Amino acid sequence: MPIAHMMAAGMGGIRAAGDLVARMQMSRKMRIREAKAYVAEKLKVSPADLSNEHVMREVREDLDIGIITSVPGSAKGIEAKARIAQLLDIEINSVKRLMEKIK
Amino acid sequence: MKKILTRMGDGERMEMNLDELREELLEGTLDAARRGKIPALSQDELDCLFDIFVQSNKIVSVEPGNEVVLTHDIGTLRVMGDQANSGVGIPLSRIQGILVHERAFGADTMELGHIDYSFKPVKPIISMEQQEMENALLCTIIPLFYGAMPNLGTYYRPDGPFGNPSDLLPLGKIKEAREAQEEAVEHAVRDMIYIGKKMSAVGADGLNFDTTGAAGDADFKATLHAIEELKKTTDLTIEVGMAGEFVLGIHGGFEYEGQRLAGLYPHQQVKLVQKAGADIFGPVVNTNTSKSMPWNLARAVTFVKACVEASEIPIHVNMGMGVGGSPVFETPPIDSVTRASKAMVEIAKVDGL
Repeated sequence: MPIAHMMAAGMGGIRAAGDLVARMQMSRKMRIREAKAYVAEKLKVSPADLSNEHVMREVREDLDIGIITSVPGSAKGIEAKARIAQLLDIEINSVKRLMEKIK
Repeated sequence: MKKILTRMGDGERMEMNLDELREELLEGTLDAARRGKIPALSQDELDCLFDIFVQSNKIVSVEPGNEVVLTHDIGTLRVMGDQANSGVGIPLSRIQGILVHERAFGADTMELGHIDYSFKPVKPIISMEQQEMENALLCTIIPLFYGAMPNLGTYYRPDGPFGNPSDLLPLGKIKEAREAQEEAVEHAVRDMIYIGKKMSAVGADGLNFDTTGAAGDADFKATLHAIEELKKTTDLTIEVGMAGEFVLGIHGGFEYEGQRLAGLYPHQQVKLVQKAGADIFGPVVNTNTSKSMPWNLARAVTFVKACVEASEIPIHVNMGMGVGGSPVFETPPIDSVTRASKAMVEIAKVDGL
């Protein structure tokens, strides 16, 4: 059933920019419009492009912030999150922990 | 007269003519307005809902550009759990389940949860949960919450040490029932803070308090106090998902910041949740199986719209089985589920589901 909601109303996670918009709601309590505007500005796209897979696939690949298909060499897991934290200028707890571990 | 196919609140299919549809939508919103003392939907909003229901397609969706983000409860139990956990019994590990959500389902966020999905059972095995979260965080891109239910029922006998209000109240032992709840609150707060801090220590993005208020006002009170402490001492994002559309006053006397908790509706609940410091609020509106889905959805949208307008934090409406305009059926029909999604996003203006 969650899949029905995702298809009807969801941003599609790392297929597009859903994870990025979610992070702005989570880290700064941004409402949906504000979160989309913030992410769009950081990615230099329009808010409407954030849920457009055709645009976001290339953007995510160019910025190396994690893509949905498994391409060898592309940032995955914590690598992608580290780049997302830098890009969005937010703290991601697991990235912060990694940095503390490797100091 | 033209008829549309729709459903009852239990998912059974039914037909309705267009006049009946308008009447059901109006009665649904008026019911919410009366109970919650909130505005009913405007004529424009009712017309939007009407248009959603008369669409002949099985599946409807939001217009491009209106998409929102989704958070989840139940973790991966929906995949590897049994029926009691709304699960389909596929034997995946929890990390595999999370990756399936990230890579195959297109989830924006995900949640790790214990099979016994309450805070109290997690406490003795917290290091196992921490270990699982650590590994999951290394290989995932989407934000990860740790989720559990406050579930104060686990603190009452026979499962817990305190007297059970369900046994004490029918005997007229009101004072004893209240004392039992007060003791349970203290212990639940301590346990939830403990688990939250352990999850924060391993780098979890957030903590989800699911079905808050399930055991009444005591359950809600314990959650609010745990949130206060966790927001002061950790960097966790806190999400609160409610259990029901109003808080049951099983104790009746609990307050938070001078506000009695019993009887609060979503637009009132969110004020306290954001005061406690939470980041995301998930209101619940219960589906009435004796009423039609148009009635139920109009009612749910009315409550949630008021909650969205009252809130300063993102609202992710609960839309699982039987809530938020979804039918009370184990496999909720997709025609109803997608209509509810569209209505919540485009009329109630939620920030997520």
